[in-house]
Amino acid sequence: MDNIVSHIQISHRARAQANGEEHFQKHTISILMENNFGAFNRIAGLFAAKGYNIESITVGPTEEKDVSRMTIVTRGDNQVIERIIKQLHKLVDTITVADLTFDSFVERDLILVKVQSTPETRSEIMQIAEIFRAKVVDISPETLTVEATGSQLKVDAIIKMLRPFGIKELARTGRVALKREFQGEV
Amino acid sequence: MPAKSMTTTSEKLMTGSEIFVQCLIAEGVDVVFGYPGGANIGIYDALHDAVAIKHVLVRHEQGATHAAEGYAKATGKPGVVLVTSGPGATNTVTGIADAFMDSIPIVVFTGQVPLKLIGNDAFQEADIVGITRPITKHNYLVRDIRELAKTIKEAFYIATTGRPGPVLVDLPKDIMAQKTTFEYPQHVELRSYKPIVDVDIMQIMKAVKLINEAKRPVLYVGGGAIQSNASAELKALAEKMQCPVTTTLHGLGSFPEDNPLSMGMLGMHGTWYSNIAVSMCDVLIAVGARFDDRVTGNVNAFASNAKKIHIDIDPACISKNVVADAPIVGDVKNVLTKLMDLVHRVDTHDWLATIEQWKKEHPLRYTHGKEIRSQYVIHKLGEITKGNAILVTDVGQHQMWTAQFFNWIHPRSHITSGGLGTMGFSLPAAMGAAFGRKDLSVISISGDGGIQMNIQELATIVEHKLPLKIFVINNGFLGMVRQWQELFYERRYSQVALRNPDFVKLAEAYGCRAYKVTESSEVEGVVRNAMAYNDGPVFVEFVVAQEDNVFPMMPSGQTVNEMIDTPDPVNKNGQPDHKGLSILEKG
Repeated sequence: MDNIVSHIQISHRARAQANGEEHFQKHTISILMENNFGAFNRIAGLFAAKGYNIESITVGPTEEKDVSRMTIVTRGDNQVIERIIKQLHKLVDTITVADLTFDSFVERDLILVKVQSTPETRSEIMQIAEIFRAKVVDISPETLTVEATGSQLKVDAIIKMLRPFGIKELARTGRVALKREFQGEV
Repeated sequence: MPAKSMTTTSEKLMTGSEIFVQCLIAEGVDVVFGYPGGANIGIYDALHDAVAIKHVLVRHEQGATHAAEGYAKATGKPGVVLVTSGPGATNTVTGIADAFMDSIPIVVFTGQVPLKLIGNDAFQEADIVGITRPITKHNYLVRDIRELAKTIKEAFYIATTGRPGPVLVDLPKDIMAQKTTFEYPQHVELRSYKPIVDVDIMQIMKAVKLINEAKRPVLYVGGGAIQSNASAELKALAEKMQCPVTTTLHGLGSFPEDNPLSMGMLGMHGTWYSNIAVSMCDVLIAVGARFDDRVTGNVNAFASNAKKIHIDIDPACISKNVVADAPIVGDVKNVLTKLMDLVHRVDTHDWLATIEQWKKEHPLRYTHGKEIRSQYVIHKLGEITKGNAILVTDVGQHQMWTAQFFNWIHPRSHITSGGLGTMGFSLPAAMGAAFGRKDLSVISISGDGGIQMNIQELATIVEHKLPLKIFVINNGFLGMVRQWQELFYERRYSQVALRNPDFVKLAEAYGCRAYKVTESSEVEGVVRNAMAYNDGPVFVEFVVAQEDNVFPMMPSGQTVNEMIDTPDPVNKNGQPDHKGLSILEKG
């Protein structure tokens, strides 16, 4: 683990400058951590204590027993993001910390939306779901519940399309993300 | 340091409490500062038979954590605390936060209610792991007796390696009563915690290039140099480069102040010339220091002409407040050794001559007459001890005067609460230092405010006949707050005047020898007597000038341009010494 952090910092800045990136852009940070008692609190608490912003946070098991992956979407200028990564690294429970923002990565959100429906609108809603490759997972005389997954933009778009019908309830997970295996130019 | 060849396994079934004691023995712990209660009574039962471990019964748990800090700072070994659940645990919080801010290795063991009662608002239950999460380097709740020994081993390892800090281990009462076989691990292997880093040679080369091209370099040295035991390497490097050295509050003693390259302390109450030198330097080499706001003032104006090299073991410290041009992550001693081979002597002849001139024009100074000035007490103490003592200060004016006017020669001779600024720190911390270091005089210096914040530990000190010198600088005020009110709030003295007890009677009631000094002419004699008495503690109250101020002063968040120099005249007759100290007798 020789100075990972300073490498991150250098490559990070160089790339941000090369790409002329926005200063306050969104960053997706992927953390592998020991599944220890209190580890989640320690990480969430760090964001609260240092005043860093969290747009979304997810945590769940990985392929390895005792290891969890946490995906945090946060916002800040490069200096703030650098600090966040270093502070996360410093916690005893964290195994690796990676900012995926400047890499090629796949990201998914999942939503469940309970939409108001009538016999007249039902088929239209089902068509919209189909266009987004979403599934209808529950039905009642007055509602349809749709499950959709995808990038943040795709999920935002389906919500926008369903809103005119009347959204009764909505549940949305935070972001999960993995770095793509091939990072080279396509 | 962990004992290597200790028997650390046993087939015999042992209780958690017995295992706890065996773990401490295996870690080489010789002193524990603690307080018993319902949740840790089983541990105290096991401790009763442990002759290798001296338990010091403090009078308040805050005293235990500060004592552990003082012990750790004076010896370099981790300090150990054992308290009960609930209020016992919450009383340690200030000391833990203090150790966290100042990177002091302490391990705090707290009793806890039985595992099955946790969360039930049981008697003396507090979620101490939750409470201390943001102020510990790491903490644990032991939930399985088979994890106990491993957890204790990890706690000591994490507290003492990398950037040191406090670690808390919460011990539920039922777990400590269960039985298992004892095996103390020889090594700790944590994939998520690898504090020992190899120094990156590319980072070193970048720094070397900056250093070798420097015309006006300054070494800015913090507590990391002392933690890393790097004083010899620092001296060698400074002398090879012919580079002036300024230290932070926690760096005092890392570089001898009788060396002509020393500029004393920098920062809000640092020497005039060290702050000016930093503002004028072209290369600033930060060594185990963290660009604290009390050092930098306005961070944008701090050493704004300089390329900054930042050496620190904690990557999160680098470029946190000030962006480093050459960051070096690593142990200070290791990094300085590598730099030593690669840097040249820099031509600093003119630079050093300029600084020498500043020292003559703007020395640290005071005038004094019949009325005692605190600066004089500290100055005399430095002369009498020749720097061979451990000084443990509290927080406030006396702390700054001690930093300024004592002659700091040896590493680990200065112990104070720097980051958190905890009043009440000095007395218990000095007690801890005295348990760790029998070879040196330990002197506690407090103000009349701070001494009353942990004065109960006088009972512990008297009980153990510790030869502590307890000096109280009594100006009848919360002096530093009063100074700010004088300078920035139009002398509206709001809640800073103290109506004090008779300190001499109070100390005597505890069974302590006590003196009161009211005139300058008595200071030297009383200090000499106090230093010569070693059969127990001596308490000395110095009644000093009431409305005295600490200068130089760079007001909070401002720059060297706003620095206020000492108003007292410069002694033109005698040249100031290398520390840049000038004293004038008042008629």
